[in-house]
Amino acid sequence: MSLTTAHSVVAPSANSKRIAGAIIIAYALISIVPLLWIFATSFKTPPDSIAYPPKIVFQPSIEGYCNLFTTRTRQTPEYINSLGPATGFCDETVRKRNMVIAGPSNFLPRFVNSLIIAFGSTFCAVFLGTLSAYGFSRFKVPLADDLLFFILSTRFMPPIAVAIPIYLMYRELGLSDTALGMILLYTAVNVSLAVWLLKGFIDEIPREYEEAAMIDGYTRLQAFWRTVLPQATTGIAATAIFCLIFAWNEYAFAALLTSGTAQTAPPFIPTIIGEGGQDWPAVAAGTTIFLVPILVFTILLRKQLLRGITFGAVRK
Amino acid sequence: MLNRTADNVARATPEPLAKKIRGISDKGLAWLFISPTILLLLAINIFPLIWAIYLSFTNYRANRPNEVVKNLGFANYQRILGDQDIWIAMQTTAHFVFWTILLQTLIGFTLAWLIDRKFRGHAFWTTLILVPMMLSPAVVGNFWRFLYEPQIGLFSYVISFVSGIPPTSIQMLSNVSLAPWSIIIVDTWMWTPYVMLICLAGLRSIPEYIYEAAEVDRASNWRQFWSITLPMALPFIMLAVLFRGIENFKMFDMVNLLTGGGPGSTTEVASITLKRQAFESWRTGYSSAFAIILFVAVFGLANIYVKALNKVKQR
Repeated sequence: MSLTTAHSVVAPSANSKRIAGAIIIAYALISIVPLLWIFATSFKTPPDSIAYPPKIVFQPSIEGYCNLFTTRTRQTPEYINSLGPATGFCDETVRKRNMVIAGPSNFLPRFVNSLIIAFGSTFCAVFLGTLSAYGFSRFKVPLADDLLFFILSTRFMPPIAVAIPIYLMYRELGLSDTALGMILLYTAVNVSLAVWLLKGFIDEIPREYEEAAMIDGYTRLQAFWRTVLPQATTGIAATAIFCLIFAWNEYAFAALLTSGTAQTAPPFIPTIIGEGGQDWPAVAAGTTIFLVPILVFTILLRKQLLRGITFGAVRK
Repeated sequence: MLNRTADNVARATPEPLAKKIRGISDKGLAWLFISPTILLLLAINIFPLIWAIYLSFTNYRANRPNEVVKNLGFANYQRILGDQDIWIAMQTTAHFVFWTILLQTLIGFTLAWLIDRKFRGHAFWTTLILVPMMLSPAVVGNFWRFLYEPQIGLFSYVISFVSGIPPTSIQMLSNVSLAPWSIIIVDTWMWTPYVMLICLAGLRSIPEYIYEAAEVDRASNWRQFWSITLPMALPFIMLAVLFRGIENFKMFDMVNLLTGGGPGSTTEVASITLKRQAFESWRTGYSSAFAIILFVAVFGLANIYVKALNKVKQR
């Protein structure tokens, strides 16, 4: 019937492929430079990081990572000499700058907050989203289209506009600056994405599986549990990763509604300062640690990305 | 086949038994499954929204909770429409939205069009290009501040190296005329891949036989592009443009960390003004009214967006 691609009259010529490839590779390389630069900066010493001209070749150091995880105080050389031998690499590096480690920094607790809030809200959003998506997919729900639009529209609310009443509400309920408050909020934002994405995935699972299971004596609930859920695993996993990325990256709510105990990493990283301005190697180190999970997820998700960013509408 | 069997069995089963098999009725189960989500959204999104509407008619200030709250009627809305600062913020937002969308659509579509040539290794390079859009806008804004530093920043250094302008005079973030462009550059860097990915889906949705027919009719490449490629990819381009439009209209995190609205208020987009009014000046009633106005605008756009989504879905 139709021509095969090998002999197709419309296949791009070898030459046009080569030019297209060259332009795309050039764009990809240029667009990745800022990220490589941050990665490189995280292994520079503070003087190297602010050298002019910017240093491309440098002696790698983990001082940035040391500074990220510790707080330090300046001491006199006499005091430092009176201390015992340095314990560990960080201690040694810090002493060269006439400082001693005073204690751990807030980075680790903030990072842990990010983990708890991201995983907690993702679990809740995917749980609620799976149930709702199944409901919308399999049953005749009155006003289904309006409800689905209502669910999606909540995701488009400007975060600062929502934050004003949420701020007051959380103050009344004692949820300000708590992980529970943030988990509830992120669940509400993510559940809209979860419902829309999962509805697409569940729509693709043939109803016959459940019907067969129900003939075998399963109840609707058992059929959902034993046949639909196992079939939807890929979709649920992809949805969970999208929710996780949103919660992990979120800044506006976190900056306005948390200040201490429940603060996540995004509002914390910009506040890392050294002596005289931002401690760029430490900021870069924090940024690197924060971005690595996202890089891994992007690679895992690359086949589902399109679906995720269009709320399940475009499938490929 | 199986479907019909199921129907037959269902019809043959006596009603009470059928109920027992299903456990809960389908209608009950549907509501049981859907209501938790609806309740959560009512509690976390709709209830606060109603509260904000109420506050927008008052002079309430969140930093003085014990003061007597006065009802102002529509005074807050009237003041916003007459407020010079609000109009400047809306202009700044419009400038930002217009240029980011224009640049992202042009570059994004071109990239998609090139990737569609399916050169060797295109999948790998596409994934690499997609990385920036997955990152946290706040963290991105913060590290671009480093790249924009005069002299020591990589961006400033490369620009001065290429153009020969002395490195100390490239002040992307503190120069009044450059600062609006600094946020446009970062946003374009970050979100062009998003537009590209959706355009790519649009290009791939065009069936090959249309091009074959055009080839048979000896339509030129130029003609094919304007009469087939562009019109058929257009719904997808619109989808990307609408979504980026909504997102950039309410842009907050990246700009807040990159310039904080400065220098002065040259990059103060609507969300930054809202934050300053609500959480720095603590004019809660006034800022709620502004929030409601922004929300209505976004809601209108979202409505169009969902229609566009459904249109693309039918393809």
